[in-house]
Amino acid sequence: MTEGLLSVRGLRKRFGGLVATDGLDLDVGDGETLAVIGPNGAGKTTLIAQLSGDLAPDAGAIHFAGQDVTALGAPARSHRGLARSFQITSIFGEFTALDNVALAVQAHAGHSFRFWRPARAERALREPAREMLARVGLAERAEVMAGALAHGEQRQLEIAMALATRPRLLLLDEPVAGMGIDESQRMVQLLRTLRGTHTMVLVEHDMDVVFALADRICVMVYGRVIATGAPEVIRANPEVRRAYLGEEPAR
Amino acid sequence: MSGLLVLEQCLNGLQFGVMLFLMAAGLTLVFGIMNLVNLAHGSLYMVGAYFATAAYTRTGSFLLGVLFGLIATLAVGMLVEVIALRTLYERDHLDQVLATFGLILFFNEAVAIVWGRTALFTTVPPALAGHLTLLPGLRYPAYRAVIILVGLAVALLLYVIVSRTRLGMLIRAGASNRTMVAALGVNVRLLYTLVFGFGAALAALGGLMAGPIYTVQPGMGDDILIQVLVVIVIGGIGSIRGALVGAVVVGMVDTLGRAFLKPMLSGVLGPVAANDAGPALASMLIYILMAAVLCFRPQGLFPAARG
Amino acid sequence: MSTARVLTLAAGFVVLALVPAAAGLLNQPFYLDLVRRIMIFAIAAVSLDLILGFGGMVSFGHAAYLGIGAYAVAIPAFYGIHSGLVQWPLAVGLSALVALVIGAVSLRTSGVYFIMITLAFTQMLYYLGISINAWGADDGMRLARRSQFGGALDLGNAVVFYYVVLALLIGLLWAGHRLVHARFGLVIRAAKSNEPRMRAVGFATYRYKLAAFVLAGAACGLAGALLTNQTEYLTPSYMHWTRSGDIMVMVILGGMGTLFGPVLGAFVFLLLEDVLAAWTVHWQVVLGPLLVLIVLYARRGLWGLLPGARHD
Repeated sequence: MTEGLLSVRGLRKRFGGLVATDGLDLDVGDGETLAVIGPNGAGKTTLIAQLSGDLAPDAGAIHFAGQDVTALGAPARSHRGLARSFQITSIFGEFTALDNVALAVQAHAGHSFRFWRPARAERALREPAREMLARVGLAERAEVMAGALAHGEQRQLEIAMALATRPRLLLLDEPVAGMGIDESQRMVQLLRTLRGTHTMVLVEHDMDVVFALADRICVMVYGRVIATGAPEVIRANPEVRRAYLGEEPAR
Repeated sequence: MSGLLVLEQCLNGLQFGVMLFLMAAGLTLVFGIMNLVNLAHGSLYMVGAYFATAAYTRTGSFLLGVLFGLIATLAVGMLVEVIALRTLYERDHLDQVLATFGLILFFNEAVAIVWGRTALFTTVPPALAGHLTLLPGLRYPAYRAVIILVGLAVALLLYVIVSRTRLGMLIRAGASNRTMVAALGVNVRLLYTLVFGFGAALAALGGLMAGPIYTVQPGMGDDILIQVLVVIVIGGIGSIRGALVGAVVVGMVDTLGRAFLKPMLSGVLGPVAANDAGPALASMLIYILMAAVLCFRPQGLFPAARG
Repeated sequence: MSTARVLTLAAGFVVLALVPAAAGLLNQPFYLDLVRRIMIFAIAAVSLDLILGFGGMVSFGHAAYLGIGAYAVAIPAFYGIHSGLVQWPLAVGLSALVALVIGAVSLRTSGVYFIMITLAFTQMLYYLGISINAWGADDGMRLARRSQFGGALDLGNAVVFYYVVLALLIGLLWAGHRLVHARFGLVIRAAKSNEPRMRAVGFATYRYKLAAFVLAGAACGLAGALLTNQTEYLTPSYMHWTRSGDIMVMVILGGMGTLFGPVLGAFVFLLLEDVLAAWTVHWQVVLGPLLVLIVLYARRGLWGLLPGARHD
């Protein structure tokens, strides 16, 4: 079998004395949903940042769709088909929800050295944006200021923006972070519809979400992968239980 | 171009560098610890020069002038911190820059109101007016030598304080984590006021030493401020070591450039062209140096690790 | 833009257009001169608003382009080249080039480093200006003649010159308005709002910010060309960093990121300067604290107080 859509080898990153990523290897197959779990401080967000191009690794290689993208920055990776959502909601608060998504569309619709025509009048940008908003369930909220949206709606907006760039692989950093039960379930439903058509790497703490979505789970502790496999296998793995609970559970 | 001439200019470069260091240390401390960009730092330099000169002229004692200059500027600095700057710590850098710019306008004018716009007359104190014979054939003004010594002494003092004392630890801790330091029971507000005051005193020291050899006039701090910013950018914001290295480098490059670029270019371009090109290029040197450093080390040479 | 806003703007432009007539009636040519000077600074302020207000780039070096534009007129004039068709494109082109170089270096940094670096580069140009004796050193240069365009476009005629400036101001405002709502403008504004997000979504923000920086510098260079024609004199002090501070205050006072606010800001700032100066020669001692207070408490600017505020 080939390396898969995303392939990471020997990734290393340290911040001063702290080793965040310690020789990490990872493979993600085309079309699969991989969940990355691990205790706090395992380095999950640092991993996402290195995969998306927001952070340069100290060593190691990242291959995407067969090409070495290690030296590429985030914008270039976005154009290769990688999209990211952030753990701490990152949107354009002073713009409407529609504007937010339209910007994501604009980034992939040619260059933006256009100085005259109002961008908000460009149907080629607005229509796909509306579609994406509808897809994530925010059609009614299109004209609301993104900063005024509810927390859960903002997380949905992040997904819409990621989708608007027509990615092959989605890097989702805690998509249900800070959401209540209903909102989480809506988000899971949404992500379920993406399974199969999109490859996803999902960092999550909420194990219900993980088991509902993941084809495979990969467990990170102290910057390295200690186990990877199907959900049931991981659930039963004693090393994983020890890493999460600190000891064998007394049942 | 004799070796002795070069040596003399090196000493001048060191002297200028040391004065830049006094300003840079205060500015970088304030930025590193309080995250405050203070453009009015040059005004404190100016105020120090004015207070010292006024006291010296009034009393005839240079020493009294120095003491008064330091203490009065320390007081002014702390007053400004309490009245105007406290609200700025939480604000973004644009606000800080604009507000401290407003302070510059205020101080420049205030000083003109009290002492007039024409340059204040001041001289090197008679005790230091002579020359030292450092090497056969090399006589160097005693006053400038004293400046170098004072500056280096302050650098040593700062090194000892910041790296060896509890106060220094607090300062470095405060730089990375204000709430933690506060949680330890340290009065952060007081700490900030003292740090600012200390920075003001350092600037004043630079100003009052500069008085006799440069001109004491409104706005005298505005131009040197920019050179101090270059020092900090090169050295790394928040780092005292960076401030020292940056200051000496900038001081040397600037002084040596001004002294030797024109004669050096004369040979290549001819004396008439070199007459303009020399000083023009010399004045640009430190900025070109800054741009070069930024290309390779955008955080400066010794960036302070920020929490 | 709301109707109230459009009406306010229209009213403003009508007033400006009537100033020469009014000045003539009152037999006070001074007013014409004053308003023309203010409009020139308004052009500079609007150009700064593009990068400061819309782009979030706190460039403290904008006055450099006033100087470059001014020298681009005065130096050719010194050597007998008086044609505005040579001087003004030179002013704009040279400013754009310098902005390209300064921006290319400075935009690799951000935050406080960016502020300090733009300050430093401006000062470098200032020192360059002072040290060149052939062009007046720190005494400056007289402008031999105002830029010549031939025919009816005689800048020596105060009223004609006034309308040229007014036309350029209106033109710049209109172009700026189109720009901030076009694709380019949205990229700049969104980058100010959340740059990491922009990069994640696929925008190589550096090149757009650099382009904005160049455009702003070029427009300010035009203001510089106008300024030296206005005063028929120029000094390196046009480029002093404290002059950048003045322009920045005009932008903030009028309203950052509003494009029209800075025009208002220029008027209030310079008129205030005049009024205070008549009152006391030490007016800056009042202006200083006033600025501090404005920054601390009145950030929305004056444009936000006029009818039609808070739309868009």
